Amino acid sequence: MNDSKADGNDWAASSNRNTTRLKVWTAAWVLTTAIAAFGPKLVWDFATLPTIGAQLLNLGTGVGMIIATSRYVQGLDELQQKIFLQAGAITLGVGLVCGLSYDLLEDVRLISFEPEISHLVVLMCVTFLVGTIAGHRRYR
Amino acid sequence: MNNRLKVLRAERDWTQAQLAAELAVSRQTVNAIEKGKFDPSLPLAFKAARLFGLSIEDIFQDDAGR
Repeated sequence: MNDSKADGNDWAASSNRNTTRLKVWTAAWVLTTAIAAFGPKLVWDFATLPTIGAQLLNLGTGVGMIIATSRYVQGLDELQQKIFLQAGAITLGVGLVCGLSYDLLEDVRLISFEPEISHLVVLMCVTFLVGTIAGHRRYR
Repeated sequence: MNNRLKVLRAERDWTQAQLAAELAVSRQTVNAIEKGKFDPSLPLAFKAARLFGLSIEDIFQDDAGR
């Protein structure tokens, strides 16, 4: 029983570590995205070398965030993984269907502005959030 | 699937959080299993059986088999 208790404590500690690691990587990715987006215009006047460096840093941090997400999911317990999977599946479907429809709207002249990828990202984030909350409520 | 997890836990005077720590899962997962909203995997069922010193069938019963 003590061994299993230790396992449980290990699991909780490991889960907290994974969550913290994901938060740090996500914050770093957001920061490097801001640097890559605004640095060329506001800081180094579109000089090629720092721009390439900023893009590579952003890409590398993005890979780190993806790995941290993967480890985070692997560290969840089976119910949490199920909730994550269901929310992810809904988000993927909504992103694909709504993203393509949204892209078509300009082509068929139903909207006059160019579709922004950021709108799709916000939609996917909101969908994942709602899916996760709904999943937690379902198994409460 | 029915289970006796809540009864077995109560017999030992454990909280859901204590049982969750023993099984290395979240308290929410223990609660969902006890309420029959979520069926555990075979490894988790074996872990619960080992913890209580019982067989899986003593804890979990299939509805269809009754």
